[in-house]
Amino acid sequence: MEWIFRGDQPIYSQLIQQIKQGIVSGQLPPGGRLPSVRDLAMEAGVNPNTMQRALQELEREGMVYSQRTAGRFVTEDMQRIESVKRAFAAEHIRLFREGMAGLGYGREEILALLQEEKEENDGDSGM
Amino acid sequence: MAILECKGLSKRFKYVTALDQVNLCIEPGRVVGLLGPNGSGKTTLIKLAAGLLTPTEGEILVNGQAPGVESKAIVAYLPDRDFLPGWMKVEQMLSFFGDFYEDFDADKAREMLTRLGINPKQSFKTMSKGTREKVQLILVMSRKAGLYLLDEPIGGVDPATRDFILDTIIRNYNPDAAVVISTHLIADVEQVLDEVIFLQQGRVALQASVDSIREEQGKSVDQYFREVYRC
Repeated sequence: MEWIFRGDQPIYSQLIQQIKQGIVSGQLPPGGRLPSVRDLAMEAGVNPNTMQRALQELEREGMVYSQRTAGRFVTEDMQRIESVKRAFAAEHIRLFREGMAGLGYGREEILALLQEEKEENDGDSGM
Repeated sequence: MAILECKGLSKRFKYVTALDQVNLCIEPGRVVGLLGPNGSGKTTLIKLAAGLLTPTEGEILVNGQAPGVESKAIVAYLPDRDFLPGWMKVEQMLSFFGDFYEDFDADKAREMLTRLGINPKQSFKTMSKGTREKVQLILVMSRKAGLYLLDEPIGGVDPATRDFILDTIIRNYNPDAAVVISTHLIADVEQVLDEVIFLQQGRVALQASVDSIREEQGKSVDQYFREVYRC
């Protein structure tokens, strides 16, 4: 996974977002075992305590679970994963609409543009 | 118990007050950034903790004791300049550290040196600046100490070396030990820190966790620092 951090938010909340992103995108598959806290911290280049805090929060939210000796695993609850995925999609849509509104486009115009884009691409790819 | 504690700590030299009534506490398991502009007292504080200077006033305690023979056995100190003689070869450094420090793990040091492709026959003076810094850091971090004091470990190294240094700090993380890193290059180390201590003209201007600063200020510690110290 690629880890990118912004300056204006706490690091632990960005870790939570990025691990969730990994889970909903399937990069971290359901039921898959997560690397150790130290290895994840090294991979992300962050403090191990911060990584630990992020994983504990993900555990509370039910996105990962611990097995006492075996380590931490990604949840197998597909509904849970799907609902997080939906929430991410809703956020992308909100940002997109904000951006388009900034250009002066209303809802109907946006839909028309999307439709237009779809037809063009359908034509190109022959789908 | 705190691994490092300062109570009303002051250090005055003939014409300057380097530290002025410093109170602070560092717990085991924390990676702490000691931040401040040049001349704010970072190196003085580290030298006091390492037992190289004595306080003018107040106390500094390492694991509950004033710095001395016992504290030096648990403090791993990386000075801000070269501390090994030029003629010394890597192999000799390993036995030198092994002789001095009971907690030195020569195998661990060898493993890290091999990973960097450093030849054990090479002498200190023939190494580049970056390699010298890496070798010295490896020696210091290969001790199983209770308190690591790293004075400017990333000043003047290239980005790959900086990454190696930060990686080494994370890799060697131990919940029973604290790591203090002094630097003015905050953006580079921010992600590996639990908390920061801002020094300003010999006083503690702030001690807070990195994420609490980001949460409350909505900006990185680096940006916040630039505002606090705007000239």
